[in-house]
Amino acid sequence: MMIRFEHIRKLYEGAAAITDLNLDIQQGELVVLLGPSGSGKSTVLKMVNRMVSHEGGQILFKGKDINSFNVQDLRRRMGYAIQSVGLFPHRTVAHNIATVPKLLGWDAQRVQARTHELLKLLAMDPEQYASRYPHQLSGGQQQRVGVARALAADPDVLLMDEPFGALDPVTRAALQVALKKIHRSTGKTILFVTHDIDEALLLATRIVLLNQGHISQAGTPLELLQQPANDFVADFLGRADLGLKQLSLRSIAPYTQAIEGTEPSHTITHTATLREAISHMATLHVSTLGVTDESGTVLGQVLAADLLEN
Amino acid sequence: MPVSLVQRYNLVLALYVALAIGAAYGLPFLRVAPNRLLSGEPVYVWEVLQLQGSPWVVALIVSIVALLCFAVWQPRRHITQALVFLAMAANLAGMWVLAGYFAHSATQAENPFTRTALGAGFWTLFAMAWMIALDAIERLQLTTLGRLLLQSVFLLPLLLSLNEGQHLSIAKEYANQSDVFGAAILRHLQIVFLAVVPALLIGLLLAWRMTKKQNLRQALFPVLNVIQTIPSIALFGLLMAPLAWIAIQLPALGRAGISGVGLAPAVIALFMYALLPIVRSALAGLEQVPAEAINAARGMGMSAGQLLWQIELPLAMPVLLIGLRTAVVQTTGLAAVSALVGAGGLGQMMFDGLFSAANELVILGVIPIVLLALLADTFFKVLSSLIKKRP
Repeated sequence: MMIRFEHIRKLYEGAAAITDLNLDIQQGELVVLLGPSGSGKSTVLKMVNRMVSHEGGQILFKGKDINSFNVQDLRRRMGYAIQSVGLFPHRTVAHNIATVPKLLGWDAQRVQARTHELLKLLAMDPEQYASRYPHQLSGGQQQRVGVARALAADPDVLLMDEPFGALDPVTRAALQVALKKIHRSTGKTILFVTHDIDEALLLATRIVLLNQGHISQAGTPLELLQQPANDFVADFLGRADLGLKQLSLRSIAPYTQAIEGTEPSHTITHTATLREAISHMATLHVSTLGVTDESGTVLGQVLAADLLEN
Repeated sequence: MPVSLVQRYNLVLALYVALAIGAAYGLPFLRVAPNRLLSGEPVYVWEVLQLQGSPWVVALIVSIVALLCFAVWQPRRHITQALVFLAMAANLAGMWVLAGYFAHSATQAENPFTRTALGAGFWTLFAMAWMIALDAIERLQLTTLGRLLLQSVFLLPLLLSLNEGQHLSIAKEYANQSDVFGAAILRHLQIVFLAVVPALLIGLLLAWRMTKKQNLRQALFPVLNVIQTIPSIALFGLLMAPLAWIAIQLPALGRAGISGVGLAPAVIALFMYALLPIVRSALAGLEQVPAEAINAARGMGMSAGQLLWQIELPLAMPVLLIGLRTAVVQTTGLAAVSALVGAGGLGQMMFDGLFSAANELVILGVIPIVLLALLADTFFKVLSSLIKKRP
């Protein structure tokens, strides 16, 4: 168990902001705290590294109450990335990334090796970027450095507070893919706050949907889409689009069957989602598509009727 | 596109030249007196030139004036401005040498007590030459460092020819005071240092607390503002009585040098004056540190001290330096007045001159004060431009 919330309460100016929140986060999960503004998702995240204090209940980090840690030690064990990035303008990219390792007293060689490793992980050439200053970077590059800085000391947990919220859609998509890769390759436990449903569906291994300070539903993206626990969940995820969103979470592979009769005139790769396949069919005005592997070899076909009856 | 008169011609320079010519004719260049106490007979520039000037000197003066007139007419070329700058540097040294030669012959001709003092004309021409040179430097459009370098080069010819003026009254006063001169400068620096360093430390601390506590700001700024409005002599005087009382009540402090007169009231008063510019600039500096950088630093596990030293202070530094520069320059000047409460320093020399009606002695005290202030100003400007190089 990485993080456990037990009966957490939080008051803001006398009114209850969080009421009796219980949540377990396992090692290696990418939990997305999703919800409208004012739902308390950001507050929940900031409670973990004690940027915000909680009033009732307790939060356990690796089985120990977070209040039993020295607050600085606790924060240094958790990477922290925020929407406004907060890079230090007077320090180079490398120096920014090295912040926590230096606080922990790593030697210079180890710090430099780690800095370069992280820049490469986030697809930035160390030769080119290490000695630049934040104002010489684009918004997307700044946030890449922000993520690298959060990962620098190989923390147990990564806390990300709407990190991609201020980026344009193209940059955001690129960073989402990068984060997903990092999560897969490092197995880090990540707690991620967003109000963007598509971002949550794309990234999360588990979504925790918050509303007015309590959890409306927690589960995998597919669970939330298929079995919304109440009207709020269904409305928030976009009732009209629920079906389409489900389609985009599923691969066409299980629906692929052997070709009987004539070969379909158009093809799609086997890694495509149901949504992509149906979209293709709609634009091409066909009801069957050939399925190919990466090299273009035809594996079989999918039929529109099968895809829609999932 | 029509170019305005001010853009096409250097009217500022024209004004300086006119003033300089007026000063050369209307104000005495030197004053010659039979001894130190009398104010002396005026001697005008042309009289000095008649006695000391060869045709070469006159030709040189004419060509400098011609150059200046040309620079008024055609100020855009950098080579013109560079020539003006060099001419003014030479001019400064030339005036000094000329006055020195005149003093030499006057001393020989009459009695050895004859005093040749620099007159209002000399000082006006000196000031005009300086202003013209500054204007020329400005028009050369250099970087901050280049500008500061030229400003220091400007005084070089004068410094090299300093010895030529040894028969002037001011040099004789210096010879009389030379044994205390160095000590006076050191004492002056000591006063400034003892006032500004604690003001910097305490001012920083106060400003840092103010960023966290709004009511501290509301309580402290009115006090600092009021202190700033108290005339310095009054503040020195106000401190004398309580400090004398403290020295009597606590003899240990008295023995450590705390008393109603001397260093203690001077340093305390100057410290209070220096506090306002330092607190104000430190606060302005700390407040423009991006909130998200502070937020990120805290979230990554920096302690309050680490946050201050690693993030807040470096980012506040450019603004803080402006206030520190003001404080140091202001304290250097005000420290002169502190001689009135017996703190010593260059002000002592200045007041000795004032009370004995020896103008040259006053000037002898003032010149190093001005130079120290300029030096401090330059030092902080260089520091600022070095810091700004890093984004």
